[in-house]
Amino acid sequence: MSDFLRSYLTVAIFGLVGFALVGAFLGLGRLLRPDKPNLAKTEAYESGVDPTGDMWSQSNIRYYIFALLFVMFDVEAVFIFPWAARLEAYEIFGLIEMAIFIFILLLGLLYAWRKGVLKWV
Amino acid sequence: MLAQIETLPVNTPDVDWAGLLPLAILGVGAVVLVMFRSVVKRLPADIETQVVTLVGPITVLGMWVAGGYAGENVPLASVRDDVGEPAFYIGLLVVMGVAALLVRTMQIGLDAAVTAGVGLSAISAVWALWDDRFTSTGPFNAIGDQFGVDGFSLVITGVIASAVVLVAFLLDDYLRREELDGPEMYVLMLLSAAGGVVMAGANDLIVLFLGLETLSIAVYVMAAMHVRRSESQEAGLKYFVLGAFSSAFLLYGIAMVYGATGSTNLIDIRIFLDSVVLVDDGLLMAGFALLLVGLGFKVAAAPFHSWTPDVYQGAPTPVVAFMASAVKAAGFAALVRVFVVTFGGYSSDWQPAVYALALLTLVVGSVLAVVQRDAKRMLAYSSISHAGFILVGVQASSPEGTASVVFYAVAYTFLVIGSFGVLTVVSGRGDRATSLDDLDGLAARRPALALAFTIFLLAQAGVPLTTGFVAKFEVIGAAVEARSYWLAIAAMVTAVVSAFLYLRIVLSMYMGTAAENPADDGSRIHPAAALAIGVALVITLGFGIVPGPIDELARDAVPHLVAAG
Repeated sequence: MSDFLRSYLTVAIFGLVGFALVGAFLGLGRLLRPDKPNLAKTEAYESGVDPTGDMWSQSNIRYYIFALLFVMFDVEAVFIFPWAARLEAYEIFGLIEMAIFIFILLLGLLYAWRKGVLKWV
Repeated sequence: MLAQIETLPVNTPDVDWAGLLPLAILGVGAVVLVMFRSVVKRLPADIETQVVTLVGPITVLGMWVAGGYAGENVPLASVRDDVGEPAFYIGLLVVMGVAALLVRTMQIGLDAAVTAGVGLSAISAVWALWDDRFTSTGPFNAIGDQFGVDGFSLVITGVIASAVVLVAFLLDDYLRREELDGPEMYVLMLLSAAGGVVMAGANDLIVLFLGLETLSIAVYVMAAMHVRRSESQEAGLKYFVLGAFSSAFLLYGIAMVYGATGSTNLIDIRIFLDSVVLVDDGLLMAGFALLLVGLGFKVAAAPFHSWTPDVYQGAPTPVVAFMASAVKAAGFAALVRVFVVTFGGYSSDWQPAVYALALLTLVVGSVLAVVQRDAKRMLAYSSISHAGFILVGVQASSPEGTASVVFYAVAYTFLVIGSFGVLTVVSGRGDRATSLDDLDGLAARRPALALAFTIFLLAQAGVPLTTGFVAKFEVIGAAVEARSYWLAIAAMVTAVVSAFLYLRIVLSMYMGTAAENPADDGSRIHPAAALAIGVALVITLGFGIVPGPIDELARDAVPHLVAAG
């Protein structure tokens, strides 16, 4: 077996072990738990929203704004964590860079706030 | 493992701040504008007028400071030495007074005034960089080996900044007319321009991609900015979906080139390609193809042009002016830097593809334009055919070809902003009246505007004594020099075909009988819009009669890759 394939063997073993573990625990649960199904229990769980309905269902446009703001700060965190881990190496240069980055993001928040999108009418 | 990471040095690149100045001015201008407008939403009308008047002298000062910082000396130092210091500074004060007066007579809003001021300061920085740095020491790197400043990127930056200034003038009245007043459009335009500047100077494929995305994402939003017009929403969505798709192509192409050469840095790629003979160049060829698709989409080359007519027709007219000028110029800058400069050694491989693209773009652009009934749609197709002409210059893959691309980009920017500027005024409230019927009898209603439009259209057709003619002449000359005779002939034939379309618009303006147009109330043209159209007209005619200065500029604007050292 070539080195190339051997390295994928690890992946395959890892995958198999993963499937085996999930199967084992789900099977164990099935053996142990009482089983009394009803309509509400068998429905797919969808964050409390009705899982069936029209394809063109409408969702509140306000969720979109919050989702957007969430993504903004989520991405900020993605950049801040590696930066924080290496802050000593980046020294003052990195500090200023990050300050500029956060400033621009905060500016977006300021704009959204002044625009009134944070108000739940 | 952790200890190993700790010992890695962090390389902070050498930064030449003066070289970054045009980019910084555009970016910081956008940030400051949105910050100011977030804090102070609306000024009382009388205070706003005073503040706007102040923007004039502040712009003059900004241009002065930007020029002085970017260059070796204070701007116009030779004039100061000639007339002596007191007279010089009095002159400066007079200029500032004139600027204040000019801004006041233009009756322009604060956002537009600030945007124009930012654009003018960027132009001043570009001019100082060209005059004091580039001509004396040649091209140099601004950030490590990632972002370079050379004649090519400076001219394209100047073109983008000029587009910002002129489009800001057009937008001012338009946004008020359509009741869309707000700083958003201007901020997005400045951000987009900053992205274009990054694209023009990028020395790394990833930096290029960053610039392209900054440029595009802002323009997607700008296209959808007319919130009460469903066509505008449609245009924004279409442009966004197809644009995102083409960005993926570009990124995949970058990955392929990286796989083939081991670097995303254009300098390293060229050094690698010059020194190594690839036995199996399939990966590189696939990379070429995908890069060509991604960039071809941005410049609207057939067969990647299908978004153009819908987007140009639906988007707000001044935004179309920006799309057709700055976005296109940035796209061609990237195309030249990546293909002509970096992959120049492999030109025999990509030239046939660009040849086919250019031919197809020319034919599609000119033939499909003829059957349109809407002036905005016609000009959209004509912009496709102009992209074909510029591709003819790219295809030549020679210094002459690059010079002709630069000339065409400069000439076309002012041509197209003028043309869409006229349409902005004519389209009337709701931005709808752009069909040929609406243009019927424009000459009787608004003779000056009709005359200006006629000149712009004749210039687009390539009639002598306009920049359009010289641009087409140079491009075809470069094609002949590169022995692409059939392409040159095809370009000339399609120029004749599209002349029909321009003359059809002219005919409907002058021979049309409709005396009244409900959408066009015949009110006086807003002074700022008139100024923008006038400047475009003067440049189109002036440099058409005396093309020497731009021609020299284009010949000096050689793209360079400077190795870090």
